[in-house]
Amino acid sequence: MTDLTNLTVADIRDGVAAGTFSAREVASAFNAAVEEGRALNAYIVETPELALQAADAADAARASGDLKPLSGVPIGMKDLFCTAGVQTTAASHILEGFTPPYESTVSAKLWAAGAGMLGKLNLDQFAMGSSNETSAFGKVISPWRDASGKDLAPGGSSGGSSSAISARLCPAATGTDTGGSIRQPAAFTGISGIKPTYGRCSRWGIVAFASSLDQAGAMARTVKDNAILLEAMAGFDAKDSTSLDLPVPQWEANLSSNLKGKRVGIPKEYRPDGLNAEIAALWDQGIAWLKDAGAEVVDVSLPHTQYALPTYYIIAPAEASSNLARYDGVRYGQRVLPDGAGLQDMYAATRAAGFGDEVKRRIMIGTYVLSAGYYDAYYTQACKVRTLISRDFEAAWEKCDLLLTPTAPSAAFPLGEKQEDPLAMYLNDVFTVPASLAGLPAMAVPGGLNSAGLPLGLQIIGKPLDEQGVLNAALALEERAGFTARPEKWW
Amino acid sequence: MSINSSTVKKVASLARIAVSDDEAERLVPELNNILGWVEQLGQVDVSGVEPMTAVIPNHLRLRDDVVNADPLTGGNVRDKVLANAPQAEHGFFAVPKVIE
Repeated sequence: MTDLTNLTVADIRDGVAAGTFSAREVASAFNAAVEEGRALNAYIVETPELALQAADAADAARASGDLKPLSGVPIGMKDLFCTAGVQTTAASHILEGFTPPYESTVSAKLWAAGAGMLGKLNLDQFAMGSSNETSAFGKVISPWRDASGKDLAPGGSSGGSSSAISARLCPAATGTDTGGSIRQPAAFTGISGIKPTYGRCSRWGIVAFASSLDQAGAMARTVKDNAILLEAMAGFDAKDSTSLDLPVPQWEANLSSNLKGKRVGIPKEYRPDGLNAEIAALWDQGIAWLKDAGAEVVDVSLPHTQYALPTYYIIAPAEASSNLARYDGVRYGQRVLPDGAGLQDMYAATRAAGFGDEVKRRIMIGTYVLSAGYYDAYYTQACKVRTLISRDFEAAWEKCDLLLTPTAPSAAFPLGEKQEDPLAMYLNDVFTVPASLAGLPAMAVPGGLNSAGLPLGLQIIGKPLDEQGVLNAALALEERAGFTARPEKWW
Repeated sequence: MSINSSTVKKVASLARIAVSDDEAERLVPELNNILGWVEQLGQVDVSGVEPMTAVIPNHLRLRDDVVNADPLTGGNVRDKVLANAPQAEHGFFAVPKVIE
């Protein structure tokens, strides 16, 4: 019998519909894989009973001819999405034990489409990190290994999602992307992931980090699976004031890897001195692949690229300091009440105990850049530079339809290597942050392995609302890369 | 512009995060490194540039002025609202004494 955990979302959906296997068999196979994969620490909470419940509903739906778009497909849910009745923590102690009485819009849409939940996936605490080492529930370990045998980072913040998908502990998962949190972990683990245009997916019920940047998206092993999942996740929601009131395109049905007539821009600022040679070579290979698919390749310039990271590290912490003010030990989550403490002392003690170091660091940076006397010099200046970064893209769209860049500046690094140096960690997002600041759709797709046998990714960035163009170019890369490598099972 | 441990303590107090003297000392170089790095934005000429407020053109909507128009965000869910409170009494959130 085929290994059901090696099937794609499309395979599972079509196989359940055809009766090749039952949804219950699929859910049971993944439940077993999740249990066997505990050494990776990808899941914070396992919900095998929910996966089986959705599977039984799918099998019944097949019998009654009432199948839905994701009937029979079990998925992983990043633990940043509120799930009714299932603990939601954002990988922080301050929310440990928090059981939402309601369901996030995105997860509700997935369940309504027939998907089932295998569990809540680990992440960097409050989605702040690039290696999944800031989780209060322990580091996530990548299933990939190089000759050193050291534990490698699965990327972050959606590191539970990336690790679980590449280890076949789920066929697909949700992610969220604020500055690269879907794309960088996808690149580190040899999978694909798409961050849609800001506003495509409702933020309602997603634990907020930086609201002007946060966007939910899909992660899976194939471009087609990403299209399927994103179609179920996206759509207007009146409960999110920045939700786009637009119909959801049929991304899967319109997939085409023929790029004839498309112009792909190569931004020269993404090739800094000292760019890793293997990544530069893969980028050149990607250019050749897109030409082969019929695209015309043009050189473009995004002159403010070097300012994107410092802009991000003002705006995101500023918004985080405001968003995370809600964790006060009063309404939900942890409370620390020292003997004889008053209300203010309770706030300070609760937040000191409940937040991890990186979260505190970012709240304090954010508080500082928003404080009287510094607001204009830091925050307003960053918002103006953000305008310039966005204008760079607008100018580029006069010369091209899509951009091709590397996803991350290196392959996965060993856990612990960058943890002591926040700035070195922040540099991981150098290629992903600009598109986030401009709210653009962007996707990571695996391109090949480096000499150490670790995956490297390519990134496609598109115009606002052109997820189809992004998916199509990613599909053209996927077909030519023929990436079939998978981590050898050691867990 | 660099910050010292008294600034760190002031910021921590504004952010309602308790920090010990040792922690404040440890945070001084960490925060200075980050602030020193983001200060390069001061080099960018932004004359005549408006700060960005929305990445994708959108308009703010008004909902109908109807009670419980959307049951998900409507009222009459007191017990659900209080269900996750560390301390709830008599249908309210309970906090330590605020006024002596």
